Amino acid sequence: MSTPLLQLRDLHAWYGESHILHGIDLECAEGQLITLLGRNGAGRTTTLRAIMGMVDRRTGSIQLHGDEFIDKPTHRIAPLGRIGYCPEERGIFSKLTVGENLMLPPMVGPGGMGLEEIFTMFPNLRDVRNRMGTRLSGGEQQMLAMARILRTGARLLLLDEITEGLAPVIVKVLGEAIRSLKQKGYTIVLVEQNFHFAAPLANRHYVIEHGRVIDTFSAEALGANMDRLNQYLSV
Amino acid sequence: MNPMLRLILAQGMLGLNNGVFYAMLSLGLAVIFGLLDVVNFAHGALYMSGAFLAIILYSYIGTWLGLSWLHIGFWAALVLVPLIVACFGMLFERFLLRWLYGLDPIYSLLLTFGAALVLQGIFINGFGASGTPYPGTPDQLQGIVNLGFMMFPKFRLFTIIFSILVCIGVWFLIERTRIGAVLRAGTENPDLVRAFGINVSRLITLTFGFGTGLAGLAGVLAAPIYSVTPLMGDDLIIIIFAIVVIGGMGSIMGAVVTSLGLGLLEGVVKVFYAPAANTVVFIAMVLVLLVRPSGLFGRQR
Repeated sequence: MSTPLLQLRDLHAWYGESHILHGIDLECAEGQLITLLGRNGAGRTTTLRAIMGMVDRRTGSIQLHGDEFIDKPTHRIAPLGRIGYCPEERGIFSKLTVGENLMLPPMVGPGGMGLEEIFTMFPNLRDVRNRMGTRLSGGEQQMLAMARILRTGARLLLLDEITEGLAPVIVKVLGEAIRSLKQKGYTIVLVEQNFHFAAPLANRHYVIEHGRVIDTFSAEALGANMDRLNQYLSV
Repeated sequence: MNPMLRLILAQGMLGLNNGVFYAMLSLGLAVIFGLLDVVNFAHGALYMSGAFLAIILYSYIGTWLGLSWLHIGFWAALVLVPLIVACFGMLFERFLLRWLYGLDPIYSLLLTFGAALVLQGIFINGFGASGTPYPGTPDQLQGIVNLGFMMFPKFRLFTIIFSILVCIGVWFLIERTRIGAVLRAGTENPDLVRAFGINVSRLITLTFGFGTGLAGLAGVLAAPIYSVTPLMGDDLIIIIFAIVVIGGMGSIMGAVVTSLGLGLLEGVVKVFYAPAANTVVFIAMVLVLLVRPSGLFGRQR
C-alpha cells in the first residue's frame, strides 16, 4: 500500500495543563472518507484541532503525504497540507458579510471550486451574499462554512459535526454534497454524532474514547459489529 | 450675516479642526483596540513624536548629517514621519507588547503608559518642555481663505479636508476591502483565521504599525498649527479616550463620527459658555454611557 495521505502516530495534545489526546493512531488514504465516532468529550474535535495546530501543545507524529507536520506553525498547515477545516461551531464571522466569509480563506492549491459550482451544490447561498454572516439560519451557516473551504483548492477536508442541530432536509443536502465530494476524489475526515448520516458515506470508522482510538471498523464489517458500536456510543 | 450665527460658524470651524485631529487619533486607537484588545496609552506620545519628527526633519537633520542646506519639508514629512512612527510601533509590538497577549490587559496598559513616559522624557530632554515652532509650512498652504463667514487659515482648511479623506480611506480599507475583512475576522476568531492559513501574528504587527502610523500622521498635521511640546499628546489623549468610549470601543465609524461631532460641539459651546468647552466631552460621555453602555456605535459584548 502506498503512503496514506494522512497518518497520525501517537498523537498527544494538551489545552493548558489538561492532557486531552493520549496517543491517537489513525490513517486515511487519498480519496477515502473516515469517521471519528465517540461520545462527547472523547477527543474527536481535539484530534482535528491538533492536526490544525489549534491546541496549546502537541506531540507525536502528523504526516501528510509523508511530510511531518507536528512542528509546523498553525498558519502554515492549511497551505502546505492543502487542508480545509470546518470547525464544530462553524466559525462564521459575524462582522463579515456572507460574500466576505466565503472569500476569506486564502487559496491553498489549484483546482478550487468556482462560485457557480459552489452555488449549485448549496443553492441556498446564492441569494444571501450581502447579508451579514450571522444573519443566516444554522443550515445556511453550515453550508457557508463548507463552501468557503471548497473554494480554496483544499483536497483534505476536516469536517466537525456538520449535521449537528440541523433540519433533516439540510442534512440531506449536506449528505449529497459529501457524496459528490468523495466522487471528486476529496479525502475527508468526518467527526460525526449522527451515525446514520456517516455510515453510508464512510470507508472506515474510528471509535475514540478518552483520547485514544479504542476500535476501528471497515465499512463492510460494520453490520456485524453494530452491537459493539452501539455499546461504545451509548451514554 | 447675523453676528451670532457668524460666531457660531467660526467657532464651529475651529471646533471641526480640533475634531479632525480627534478623529485621526481615535481612529488609530480604535483600529488597535479592535484587533489587539490593547488600550494604547502611548498613542498621544506617538502623535507628539510625529510632530517633533516633522520638526527634526526640517530643522535638525541637515545639521546632524553635516548637510546644513538640507531641510526635509512638510510634504515629504507627511509621508516619511508616519512610516518612521509605524516602524517604531511595529518594533514595539513585535518585541515588547507581544509578550503580554493573553495576560490581564492591565499589563499592556502599563507597558504603553510607560512607553509614553519614556518618549515624553526623551523629547523633554532634547527640546525642553516649552513649545517649539514648526517653520516648514509649505508656501502653497500659507495665508488665509475667505469662507464667507470668516477668514480661515489655508493650512487649517487643508488639515480638515485631508484628515476627512484619510478617515474615509481608513474606513473603506477596513470595512470594504479584503484586507479589512481579514482584519475583522482576526478580531473575531484569530485561531480560525490562523487555521485558514493566514499569519495572524504578522497581521497584528502590521495593524499596530498602521494605527501608530496614523498617530504620526496626525502629529505632522498638527506641527504647523499647535504648539509642539513634549506634553501635547498628554493633553489630547484623555479627550481621545473619552471619544473612543463614546463612539464604542473599537468601532471605526463610531470614532470618526464622534470625533467630528464632539469637535463641533466643543466649538459651539465655546460661543455660549467658554469655560464648559473643555468639559463638554466628558458630560457627553456620561450621558451616552447612561443610555448606551457600549457606546454609540459599539456592540453589546
